[in-house]
Amino acid sequence: MMEYRLRTPLKKDDILKIKAGDIVYLSGTMFTARDEAYARILEMAEEHKELPFDLEGAVIYHCGPLMNETADGWEVVAAGPTTSARMSKMTPKLLELHQVRAFVGKGGMDNVKEAMENKAVYLAFTGGCAALAAMAIENVLRVHWKDLGMPEAVWELEVKDFGPLVAGIDSHKNDMFLDVRKKANEAYSMIE
Amino acid sequence: MPEIIDYDNVVSAVVDILQKAQTTLPKDVITALEKAKDRETSNIAKEQIEAILKNIEIAGNRKIPICQDTGIIIFFVELGRKAVIGFNLEDAIHEGVRIATRSIPLRPNAVDPLSRSNTGDNTGEGIPDIRYEINDSNSIKITVAPKGAGSENMSAIRMFNPTEKENIRNFILDTVLNAGGKPCPPIIVGIGIGGSFDKAARLAKNALLKNTEDMTEQERMLLEDINSLGIGPMGLGGKTTALAVHIKKAHCHTASLPVAVNIQCWANRHASVTLGGDA
Repeated sequence: MMEYRLRTPLKKDDILKIKAGDIVYLSGTMFTARDEAYARILEMAEEHKELPFDLEGAVIYHCGPLMNETADGWEVVAAGPTTSARMSKMTPKLLELHQVRAFVGKGGMDNVKEAMENKAVYLAFTGGCAALAAMAIENVLRVHWKDLGMPEAVWELEVKDFGPLVAGIDSHKNDMFLDVRKKANEAYSMIE
Repeated sequence: MPEIIDYDNVVSAVVDILQKAQTTLPKDVITALEKAKDRETSNIAKEQIEAILKNIEIAGNRKIPICQDTGIIIFFVELGRKAVIGFNLEDAIHEGVRIATRSIPLRPNAVDPLSRSNTGDNTGEGIPDIRYEINDSNSIKITVAPKGAGSENMSAIRMFNPTEKENIRNFILDTVLNAGGKPCPPIIVGIGIGGSFDKAARLAKNALLKNTEDMTEQERMLLEDINSLGIGPMGLGGKTTALAVHIKKAHCHTASLPVAVNIQCWANRHASVTLGGDA
Protein backbone atom coordinates (compact mmCIF):
# COMPACT_ATOMS: atom_id res chain seq x y z
CA MET A 1 0.00 0.00 0.00
CA MET A 2 1.39 3.39 -1.07
CA GLU A 3 0.60 6.90 0.09
CA TYR A 4 0.51 9.79 -2.40
CA ARG A 5 0.23 13.55 -1.95
CA LEU A 6 -1.08 15.06 -5.17
CA ARG A 7 -1.75 18.59 -6.39
CA THR A 8 -4.45 19.64 -8.88
CA PRO A 9 -4.79 19.82 -11.83
CA LEU A 10 -3.97 16.11 -11.89
CA LYS A 11 -1.95 14.66 -14.74
CA LYS A 12 -2.58 11.27 -16.27
CA ASP A 13 0.67 9.95 -14.75
CA ASP A 14 -0.46 11.04 -11.28
CA ILE A 15 -3.43 8.73 -11.38
CA LEU A 16 -2.00 5.83 -13.37
CA LYS A 17 0.36 5.01 -10.50
CA ILE A 18 -2.47 4.76 -7.96
CA LYS A 19 -3.60 1.21 -7.12
CA ALA A 20 -6.82 0.26 -5.35
CA GLY A 21 -6.17 0.34 -1.60
CA ASP A 22 -3.58 3.15 -1.75
CA ILE A 23 -3.98 6.27 0.36
CA VAL A 24 -4.16 9.71 -1.29
CA TYR A 25 -4.13 13.29 0.02
CA LEU A 26 -5.19 16.07 -2.35
CA SER A 27 -4.21 19.73 -2.43
CA GLY A 28 -5.45 22.39 -4.84
CA THR A 29 -8.97 22.77 -6.18
CA MET A 30 -11.96 20.44 -5.93
CA PHE A 31 -15.30 21.05 -7.68
CA THR A 32 -18.37 19.80 -5.86
CA ALA A 33 -20.89 18.21 -8.22
CA ARG A 34 -23.76 15.84 -7.58
CA ASP A 35 -27.07 14.88 -9.20
CA GLU A 36 -28.31 18.21 -10.60
CA ALA A 37 -24.87 19.59 -11.53
CA TYR A 38 -23.98 16.35 -13.34
CA ALA A 39 -27.23 16.57 -15.29
CA ARG A 40 -26.51 20.19 -16.23
CA ILE A 41 -22.94 19.40 -17.33
CA LEU A 42 -24.31 16.74 -19.70
CA GLU A 43 -27.14 18.99 -20.89
CA MET A 44 -24.74 21.81 -21.74
CA ALA A 45 -22.65 19.45 -23.85
CA GLU A 46 -25.74 18.47 -25.82
CA GLU A 47 -26.48 22.14 -26.41
CA HIS A 48 -22.81 22.77 -27.35
CA LYS A 49 -22.43 25.29 -24.54
CA GLU A 50 -19.18 25.92 -22.70
CA LEU A 51 -18.96 25.26 -18.97
CA PRO A 52 -18.21 28.19 -16.67
CA PHE A 53 -15.36 26.14 -15.12
CA ASP A 54 -12.52 24.02 -16.47
CA LEU A 55 -12.62 20.27 -15.77
CA GLU A 56 -9.25 19.45 -17.41
CA GLY A 57 -7.34 17.39 -14.82
CA ALA A 58 -10.03 18.24 -12.30
CA VAL A 59 -11.15 16.54 -9.12
CA ILE A 60 -14.93 16.24 -8.75
CA TYR A 61 -16.14 16.00 -5.18
CA HIS A 62 -19.51 14.28 -4.68
CA CYS A 63 -20.63 16.65 -1.98
CA GLY A 64 -23.50 18.93 -1.14
CA PRO A 65 -21.79 21.23 1.33
CA LEU A 66 -23.30 23.19 4.16
CA MET A 67 -22.12 26.77 3.61
CA ASN A 68 -22.51 30.02 5.49
CA GLU A 69 -22.63 33.41 3.80
CA THR A 70 -20.71 36.11 5.67
CA ALA A 71 -19.88 39.73 4.81
CA ASP A 72 -16.62 38.46 3.28
CA GLY A 73 -18.24 35.77 1.16
CA TRP A 74 -18.91 32.09 1.65
CA GLU A 75 -17.37 29.87 4.31
CA VAL A 76 -17.60 26.11 4.66
CA VAL A 77 -19.41 24.82 7.75
CA ALA A 78 -19.52 21.09 6.99
CA ALA A 79 -18.69 19.32 3.74
CA GLY A 80 -18.49 15.52 3.79
CA PRO A 81 -19.07 13.25 0.79
CA THR A 82 -22.46 12.18 -0.53
CA THR A 83 -23.42 8.74 -1.91
CA SER A 84 -21.46 8.51 -5.18
CA ALA A 85 -23.55 5.70 -6.66
CA ARG A 86 -26.32 8.14 -7.58
CA MET A 87 -23.92 9.61 -10.16
CA SER A 88 -22.82 6.21 -11.57
CA LYS A 89 -24.99 6.26 -14.70
CA MET A 90 -23.93 9.77 -15.74
CA THR A 91 -20.21 9.21 -15.14
CA PRO A 92 -19.15 7.39 -18.36
CA LYS A 93 -20.65 10.20 -20.47
CA LEU A 94 -19.03 12.85 -18.28
CA LEU A 95 -15.65 11.14 -18.74
CA GLU A 96 -16.11 11.12 -22.52
CA LEU A 97 -16.67 14.87 -22.47
CA HIS A 98 -14.19 16.06 -19.86
CA GLN A 99 -10.79 14.90 -18.63
CA VAL A 100 -11.74 14.63 -14.99
CA ARG A 101 -8.95 12.70 -13.24
CA ALA A 102 -10.45 11.90 -9.86
CA PHE A 103 -13.82 11.56 -8.18
CA VAL A 104 -14.02 11.90 -4.42
CA GLY A 105 -17.06 10.48 -2.66
CA LYS A 106 -18.32 7.65 -0.50
CA GLY A 107 -19.76 4.21 -0.92
CA GLY A 108 -18.27 3.47 -4.35
CA MET A 109 -19.79 3.65 -7.84
CA ASP A 110 -21.49 1.04 -10.02
CA ASN A 111 -20.26 -0.05 -13.46
CA VAL A 112 -17.69 2.70 -13.97
CA LYS A 113 -14.52 0.57 -14.05
CA GLU A 114 -14.38 0.53 -17.86
CA ALA A 115 -15.07 4.23 -18.20
CA MET A 116 -12.32 5.02 -15.69
CA GLU A 117 -9.73 2.72 -17.27
CA ASN A 118 -6.53 4.67 -17.94
CA LYS A 119 -8.45 7.88 -17.28
CA ALA A 120 -9.54 8.44 -13.71
CA VAL A 121 -9.67 7.11 -10.15
CA TYR A 122 -12.33 7.00 -7.46
CA LEU A 123 -11.19 8.09 -4.00
CA ALA A 124 -13.28 7.40 -0.91
CA PHE A 125 -13.51 9.76 2.03
CA THR A 126 -15.16 8.53 5.24
CA GLY A 127 -18.90 9.17 4.91
CA GLY A 128 -20.50 11.49 7.43
CA CYS A 129 -17.18 13.08 8.39
CA ALA A 130 -18.23 16.57 7.38
CA ALA A 131 -16.55 18.44 10.22
CA LEU A 132 -13.29 16.60 9.56
CA ALA A 133 -13.50 17.36 5.82
CA ALA A 134 -14.19 21.04 6.50
CA MET A 135 -10.85 21.29 8.36
CA ALA A 136 -9.00 20.54 5.12
CA ILE A 137 -10.93 23.12 3.07
CA GLU A 138 -9.09 26.41 3.22
CA ASN A 139 -11.17 28.60 0.93
CA VAL A 140 -14.32 28.83 -1.10
CA LEU A 141 -13.04 30.16 -4.42
CA ARG A 142 -16.25 30.43 -6.42
CA VAL A 143 -19.79 29.14 -6.67
CA HIS A 144 -21.47 28.24 -9.95
CA TRP A 145 -25.14 27.49 -10.63
CA LYS A 146 -26.48 28.74 -7.33
CA ASP A 147 -29.97 28.42 -8.82
CA LEU A 148 -29.68 24.66 -8.19
CA GLY A 149 -29.72 25.32 -4.42
CA MET A 150 -26.92 25.08 -1.86
CA PRO A 151 -26.40 21.29 -1.94
CA GLU A 152 -26.62 20.98 -5.75
CA ALA A 153 -24.57 24.01 -6.84
CA VAL A 154 -20.95 23.65 -8.00
CA TRP A 155 -18.59 24.96 -5.32
CA GLU A 156 -14.95 25.51 -6.15
CA LEU A 157 -13.05 24.63 -3.00
CA GLU A 158 -9.40 25.20 -2.22
CA VAL A 159 -8.14 22.23 -0.19
CA LYS A 160 -4.93 21.31 1.56
CA ASP A 161 -4.00 17.69 2.25
CA PHE A 162 -7.61 16.61 1.87
CA GLY A 163 -7.69 13.03 3.14
CA PRO A 164 -6.92 10.34 3.98
CA LEU A 165 -8.66 9.13 0.83
CA VAL A 166 -8.77 5.42 0.04
CA ALA A 167 -8.35 4.60 -3.66
CA GLY A 168 -11.55 2.56 -4.02
CA ILE A 169 -11.46 2.21 -7.82
CA ASP A 170 -8.20 2.63 -9.72
CA SER A 171 -7.62 3.24 -13.42
CA HIS A 172 -6.66 -0.41 -13.98
CA LYS A 173 -10.15 -1.86 -13.44
CA ASN A 174 -9.68 -2.77 -9.77
CA ASP A 175 -12.63 -1.99 -7.53
CA MET A 176 -12.37 -2.56 -3.77
CA PHE A 177 -16.11 -2.13 -3.26
CA LEU A 178 -16.86 -4.78 -5.85
CA ASP A 179 -14.39 -7.18 -4.20
CA VAL A 180 -16.02 -6.63 -0.80
CA ARG A 181 -19.43 -7.13 -2.39
CA LYS A 182 -18.37 -10.41 -3.99
CA LYS A 183 -17.10 -11.69 -0.64
CA ALA A 184 -20.32 -10.49 1.02
CA ASN A 185 -22.36 -12.48 -1.52
CA GLU A 186 -20.30 -15.56 -0.74
CA ALA A 187 -20.73 -15.01 3.00
CA TYR A 188 -24.47 -14.57 2.44
CA SER A 189 -24.73 -17.93 0.69
CA MET A 190 -22.98 -19.52 3.71
CA ILE A 191 -25.57 -18.27 6.21
CA GLU A 192 -27.83 -21.18 7.21
CA MET B 1 -49.21 23.72 39.44
CA PRO B 2 -47.88 22.48 36.12
CA GLU B 3 -45.36 24.67 34.38
CA ILE B 4 -46.94 26.80 31.67
CA ILE B 5 -46.04 25.81 28.12
CA ASP B 6 -46.04 28.74 25.73
CA TYR B 7 -45.19 29.28 22.08
CA ASP B 8 -41.75 30.76 22.78
CA ASN B 9 -40.78 27.84 25.08
CA VAL B 10 -41.46 25.41 22.25
CA VAL B 11 -39.60 27.48 19.63
CA SER B 12 -36.45 27.75 21.75
CA ALA B 13 -36.65 24.11 22.90
CA VAL B 14 -36.83 22.99 19.25
CA VAL B 15 -33.77 25.09 18.39
CA ASP B 16 -31.91 23.61 21.39
CA ILE B 17 -32.65 19.96 20.61
CA LEU B 18 -31.80 20.48 16.94
CA GLN B 19 -28.46 22.00 17.96
CA LYS B 20 -27.79 19.06 20.27
CA ALA B 21 -28.87 16.41 17.76
CA GLN B 22 -26.89 17.89 14.88
CA THR B 23 -23.61 18.51 16.70
CA THR B 24 -23.37 15.60 19.16
CA LEU B 25 -24.26 11.91 19.17
CA PRO B 26 -25.98 9.95 21.94
CA LYS B 27 -23.41 8.34 24.25
CA ASP B 28 -24.53 4.79 23.48
CA VAL B 29 -23.80 5.31 19.77
CA ILE B 30 -20.30 6.63 20.51
CA THR B 31 -19.63 3.67 22.84
CA ALA B 32 -20.73 1.26 20.11
CA LEU B 33 -18.38 2.95 17.61
CA GLU B 34 -15.46 2.78 20.06
CA LYS B 35 -16.06 -0.94 20.61
CA ALA B 36 -16.24 -1.45 16.84
CA LYS B 37 -12.90 0.29 16.36
CA ASP B 38 -11.24 -2.10 18.83
CA ARG B 39 -12.82 -5.11 17.12
CA GLU B 40 -11.60 -4.25 13.59
CA THR B 41 -8.35 -5.86 12.46
CA SER B 42 -7.88 -4.37 8.99
CA ASN B 43 -6.14 -1.00 8.83
CA ILE B 44 -8.61 0.53 6.41
CA ALA B 45 -11.61 -0.45 8.56
CA LYS B 46 -9.93 0.84 11.72
CA GLU B 47 -9.04 4.13 10.03
CA GLN B 48 -12.62 4.67 8.88
CA ILE B 49 -13.92 4.41 12.45
CA GLU B 50 -11.05 6.53 13.76
CA ALA B 51 -12.03 9.24 11.27
CA ILE B 52 -15.64 8.98 12.46
CA LEU B 53 -14.65 9.36 16.13
CA LYS B 54 -12.36 12.28 15.32
CA ASN B 55 -15.15 13.90 13.33
CA ILE B 56 -17.57 13.57 16.26
CA GLU B 57 -15.01 15.24 18.51
CA ILE B 58 -14.42 18.16 16.11
CA ALA B 59 -18.16 18.69 15.58
CA GLY B 60 -18.79 18.71 19.34
CA ASN B 61 -15.93 21.07 20.13
CA ARG B 62 -16.68 23.52 17.32
CA LYS B 63 -20.47 23.16 17.62
CA ILE B 64 -20.87 22.40 13.93
CA PRO B 65 -23.02 19.67 12.36
CA ILE B 66 -21.51 16.18 12.41
CA CYS B 67 -22.60 15.63 8.80
CA GLN B 68 -23.32 18.18 6.05
CA ASP B 69 -26.47 16.18 5.34
CA THR B 70 -28.40 17.63 8.24
CA GLY B 71 -31.31 15.56 7.00
CA ILE B 72 -34.99 16.07 6.75
CA ILE B 73 -36.26 16.94 10.18
CA ILE B 74 -38.55 14.43 11.89
CA PHE B 75 -40.26 15.10 15.20
CA PHE B 76 -41.86 12.63 17.58
CA VAL B 77 -44.19 14.51 19.91
CA GLU B 78 -45.61 12.83 23.01
CA LEU B 79 -48.55 14.98 24.04
CA GLY B 80 -49.80 14.73 27.59
CA ARG B 81 -53.58 14.86 27.58
CA LYS B 82 -53.47 17.08 30.66
CA ALA B 83 -51.02 19.57 29.15
CA VAL B 84 -52.54 22.93 28.24
CA ILE B 85 -51.51 24.20 24.83
CA GLY B 86 -53.16 27.48 23.95
CA PHE B 87 -51.31 27.99 20.68
CA ASN B 88 -50.58 26.26 17.40
CA LEU B 89 -47.90 23.70 18.29
CA GLU B 90 -47.08 22.97 14.66
CA ASP B 91 -46.40 26.66 13.94
CA ALA B 92 -44.00 26.76 16.91
CA ILE B 93 -42.11 23.66 15.71
CA HIS B 94 -41.84 25.07 12.18
CA GLU B 95 -40.53 28.37 13.51
CA GLY B 96 -37.93 26.52 15.60
CA VAL B 97 -36.76 24.68 12.47
CA ARG B 98 -36.49 27.91 10.47
CA ILE B 99 -34.49 29.62 13.22
CA ALA B 100 -32.19 26.60 13.71
CA THR B 101 -31.58 26.42 9.95
CA ARG B 102 -30.02 29.89 10.13
CA SER B 103 -28.43 29.77 13.59
CA ILE B 104 -26.68 26.36 13.70
CA PRO B 105 -26.72 26.49 10.56
CA LEU B 106 -28.40 23.55 8.81
CA ARG B 107 -28.27 22.73 5.11
CA PRO B 108 -31.57 23.57 3.43
CA ASN B 109 -32.71 20.14 2.26
CA ALA B 110 -36.45 20.44 1.68
CA VAL B 111 -37.33 20.51 -2.02
CA ASP B 112 -40.47 20.05 -4.11
CA PRO B 113 -40.40 16.35 -5.08
CA LEU B 114 -40.82 17.06 -8.80
CA SER B 115 -39.65 20.60 -9.59
CA ARG B 116 -36.80 20.07 -7.05
CA SER B 117 -36.97 23.75 -6.05
CA ASN B 118 -35.56 24.27 -2.56
CA THR B 119 -37.63 26.13 0.04
CA GLY B 120 -34.41 27.30 1.69
CA ASP B 121 -35.47 26.82 5.31
CA ASN B 122 -36.14 23.09 5.81
CA THR B 123 -39.89 23.59 6.02
CA GLY B 124 -42.48 22.90 3.34
CA GLU B 125 -45.56 20.84 2.65
CA GLY B 126 -45.52 18.02 5.23
CA ILE B 127 -41.96 18.93 6.27
CA PRO B 128 -40.80 18.82 9.03
CA ASP B 129 -42.56 15.52 9.57
CA ILE B 130 -44.30 15.64 12.95
CA ARG B 131 -45.75 12.49 14.55
CA TYR B 132 -48.00 12.78 17.57
CA GLU B 133 -48.74 10.31 20.31
CA ILE B 134 -51.02 11.02 23.24
CA ASN B 135 -50.27 9.88 26.78
CA ASP B 136 -51.65 10.52 30.26
CA SER B 137 -49.08 13.09 31.44
CA ASN B 138 -49.34 16.86 31.76
CA SER B 139 -46.19 17.55 29.74
CA ILE B 140 -45.03 17.54 26.12
CA LYS B 141 -41.98 15.52 25.15
CA ILE B 142 -40.44 16.48 21.81
CA THR B 143 -37.82 14.26 20.17
CA VAL B 144 -36.07 15.30 17.00
CA ALA B 145 -34.37 12.84 14.67
CA PRO B 146 -32.76 14.40 11.57
CA LYS B 147 -32.58 11.76 8.82
CA GLY B 148 -30.00 11.84 6.05
CA ALA B 149 -30.85 10.63 2.55
CA GLY B 150 -27.85 8.34 2.02
CA SER B 151 -29.19 5.79 4.45
CA GLU B 152 -32.89 6.54 3.95
CA ASN B 153 -32.55 5.79 0.22
CA MET B 154 -31.35 2.25 1.03
CA SER B 155 -34.46 1.37 3.06
CA ALA B 156 -37.06 -1.13 1.85
CA ILE B 157 -40.55 -2.42 2.54
CA ARG B 158 -42.24 -5.64 1.49
CA MET B 159 -45.74 -7.03 1.88
CA PHE B 160 -45.21 -10.74 2.62
CA ASN B 161 -47.83 -13.44 2.58
CA PRO B 162 -48.74 -14.50 6.13
CA THR B 163 -47.14 -17.93 5.56
CA GLU B 164 -43.77 -16.46 4.48
CA LYS B 165 -42.35 -15.42 7.84
CA GLU B 166 -39.23 -17.54 7.35
CA ASN B 167 -38.32 -15.18 4.47
CA ILE B 168 -38.11 -12.10 6.70
CA ARG B 169 -34.49 -12.71 7.65
CA ASN B 170 -33.44 -13.01 3.99
CA PHE B 171 -35.28 -9.80 3.14
CA ILE B 172 -33.40 -7.95 5.89
CA LEU B 173 -30.05 -9.40 4.79
CA ASP B 174 -30.79 -8.67 1.10
CA THR B 175 -31.56 -5.07 1.97
CA VAL B 176 -28.28 -4.65 3.86
CA LEU B 177 -26.32 -6.48 1.15
CA ASN B 178 -27.84 -4.36 -1.59
CA ALA B 179 -27.01 -1.18 0.36
CA GLY B 180 -23.34 -2.15 0.63
CA GLY B 181 -21.21 0.89 1.48
CA LYS B 182 -23.79 3.43 0.30
CA PRO B 183 -25.61 4.17 3.58
CA CYS B 184 -22.38 4.98 5.51
CA PRO B 185 -21.89 1.79 7.52
CA PRO B 186 -21.56 0.89 10.33
CA ILE B 187 -25.34 1.21 10.18
CA ILE B 188 -28.18 0.77 12.63
CA VAL B 189 -31.03 -1.35 11.24
CA GLY B 190 -34.58 -0.49 12.29
CA ILE B 191 -37.16 -3.16 11.48
CA GLY B 192 -40.93 -2.85 11.61
CA ILE B 193 -42.95 -6.05 11.48
CA GLY B 194 -46.72 -6.00 11.19
CA GLY B 195 -49.18 -3.11 11.22
CA SER B 196 -49.94 -1.95 7.70
CA PHE B 197 -47.92 -0.67 4.74
CA ASP B 198 -47.22 2.69 6.40
CA LYS B 199 -47.36 1.49 10.01
CA ALA B 200 -44.52 -0.98 9.40
CA ALA B 201 -42.36 1.87 8.09
CA ARG B 202 -43.19 4.04 11.10
CA LEU B 203 -42.33 1.17 13.46
CA ALA B 204 -39.00 0.69 11.69
CA LYS B 205 -38.15 4.38 12.03
CA ASN B 206 -39.23 4.41 15.67
CA ALA B 207 -36.99 1.42 16.36
CA LEU B 208 -33.96 3.58 15.47
CA LEU B 209 -34.55 5.63 18.62
CA LYS B 210 -33.85 2.64 20.89
CA ASN B 211 -30.64 2.48 22.93
CA THR B 212 -27.94 0.92 20.73
CA GLU B 213 -26.93 -1.67 23.30
CA ASP B 214 -30.45 -2.67 24.23
CA MET B 215 -31.01 -5.71 22.00
CA THR B 216 -33.02 -8.93 22.32
CA GLU B 217 -31.58 -12.35 21.53
CA GLN B 218 -33.32 -12.29 18.14
CA GLU B 219 -31.89 -8.86 17.34
CA ARG B 220 -28.38 -9.95 18.35
CA MET B 221 -28.58 -12.98 16.08
CA LEU B 222 -29.61 -10.79 13.15
CA LEU B 223 -26.75 -8.42 13.96
CA GLU B 224 -24.35 -11.35 13.86
CA ASP B 225 -25.69 -12.44 10.45
CA ILE B 226 -25.35 -8.91 9.08
CA ASN B 227 -21.81 -8.52 10.37
CA SER B 228 -20.81 -11.89 8.90
CA LEU B 229 -21.31 -10.31 5.44
CA GLY B 230 -18.04 -8.38 5.90
CA ILE B 231 -19.21 -5.20 4.14
CA GLY B 232 -17.53 -3.25 6.94
CA PRO B 233 -17.16 0.47 7.64
CA MET B 234 -17.95 2.47 4.46
CA GLY B 235 -18.21 -0.74 2.42
CA LEU B 236 -14.42 -1.12 2.35
CA GLY B 237 -14.53 -4.46 4.17
CA GLY B 238 -14.42 -5.27 7.88
CA LYS B 239 -16.18 -6.82 10.82
CA THR B 240 -18.61 -4.03 11.58
CA THR B 241 -21.34 -3.57 8.99
CA ALA B 242 -23.93 -2.73 11.66
CA LEU B 243 -23.79 -1.50 15.25
CA ALA B 244 -27.29 -2.62 16.19
CA VAL B 245 -30.54 -4.16 15.01
CA HIS B 246 -33.83 -3.07 16.56
CA ILE B 247 -37.24 -4.61 15.87
CA LYS B 248 -40.68 -3.18 16.64
CA LYS B 249 -43.86 -5.14 16.08
CA ALA B 250 -47.57 -4.43 15.79
CA HIS B 251 -50.59 -6.64 15.19
CA CYS B 252 -51.61 -6.78 11.55
CA HIS B 253 -54.39 -8.03 9.30
CA THR B 254 -54.80 -11.82 9.27
CA ALA B 255 -54.10 -11.79 5.53
CA SER B 256 -50.94 -9.68 5.56
CA LEU B 257 -47.40 -9.51 6.89
CA PRO B 258 -45.74 -6.15 6.18
CA VAL B 259 -42.02 -5.81 6.92
CA ALA B 260 -40.06 -2.55 6.70
CA VAL B 261 -36.31 -2.11 7.00
CA ASN B 262 -35.16 1.42 7.76
CA ILE B 263 -31.43 1.91 7.40
CA GLN B 264 -29.69 4.48 9.58
CA CYS B 265 -26.08 5.62 9.06
CA TRP B 266 -23.64 5.62 11.98
CA ALA B 267 -24.71 9.19 12.75
CA ASN B 268 -27.84 8.09 14.60
CA ARG B 269 -28.75 11.62 15.62
CA HIS B 270 -31.57 12.34 18.03
CA ALA B 271 -32.30 14.50 21.06
CA SER B 272 -35.32 15.14 23.29
CA VAL B 273 -36.81 17.75 25.61
CA THR B 274 -39.73 17.65 28.03
CA LEU B 275 -41.78 20.81 28.57
CA GLY B 276 -44.31 21.42 31.30
CA GLY B 277 -45.25 18.83 33.89
CA ASP B 278 -44.99 19.09 37.67
CA ALA B 279 -41.21 19.03 37.88
